[in-house]
Amino acid sequence: MSDGVKFHYDVDGEDFTSAGRASVMVKKTLRELGLSPEIIRKVSVAMYEGEINMVIHAGGGCADVEITENKVIIVLSDHGPGIADVSLAMQEGYSTASDQVRSLGFGAGMGLPNMKRYTDDMVIESEVGKGTTITMTVNINA
Amino acid sequence: MKIVTIKELLSATVLCNEDCLGKHVYSASCSDMMSDVLAYQKEQAVLVTHLVNAQVVRTAEMMDMVCVVFANGKKPTPEMIELANDNEMVLMSTDLSAYESCGILFGNGLKGGHKE
Ligand SMILES: Nc1ncnc2c1ncn2[C@@H]1O[C@H](COP(=O)(O)OP(=O)(O)OP(=O)(O)O)[C@@H](O)[C@H]1O
Ligand SMILES: [Mg+2]
Repeated sequence: MSDGVKFHYDVDGEDFTSAGRASVMVKKTLRELGLSPEIIRKVSVAMYEGEINMVIHAGGGCADVEITENKVIIVLSDHGPGIADVSLAMQEGYSTASDQVRSLGFGAGMGLPNMKRYTDDMVIESEVGKGTTITMTVNINA
Repeated sequence: MKIVTIKELLSATVLCNEDCLGKHVYSASCSDMMSDVLAYQKEQAVLVTHLVNAQVVRTAEMMDMVCVVFANGKKPTPEMIELANDNEMVLMSTDLSAYESCGILFGNGLKGGHKE
């Protein structure tokens, strides 16, 4: 199959206010490409959660999005602290967010479970002290 | 329920996109934790919250929400209004608490959503 459309975004880890901008841009692009509202919402919510996680837990990172004929692939990678126990982190309600992050509206421990729920495939590769790479796929042909 | 009805029921002040008050909402969410909001799939929804920062508007945008009600008299920042303007999203502020606001909206027939 031929290569799809690819986008690369750097996610600034210092600026909480701008977190989510890459997801907003992807959402606009998917709209322009004429994808269905349901697919657009799945991709943008999953990517937004991942983008926020990179900012609040990992000091920023980068996002690569590829849109092919039958799927959208989102790769989020950071050089943050990594996730020691991925299955624990995947549990609803588990969060290591600080009180400061909670006061900003994050830290419910719902982000990773939401990412799993909104995508058709999600793979987390993480090494403590090195960083985390999350690859999510949303199929277009339902 | 039309957005204008929400404004009237909650005696709210509309802060942007007055021209969108005729849009319909079919469900509502209430939380100060954005990932809780993102967990529930809703159509044409309104968000009731106490939280005031740019991520509230982005969260609502990701969920295709059409209106955010800030309870307890909280007011969005100019930057949030700008973000909402890009998306034709109505922001309003009510002096009622989130609890009272939701009670009134629910009592008038606006229901919750379901988890994806
Ligand atoms: N990119 C990351 N780097 C390091 N740790 C992470 C990363 N993403 C998630 N985690 C860890 O996994 C936990 C669970 O993440 P999850 O997104 O589910 O919840 P949260 O971000 O704490 O809260 P919420 O997403 O509900 O606002 C986090 O608290 C954090 O400890
Ligand atoms: Mg999270």
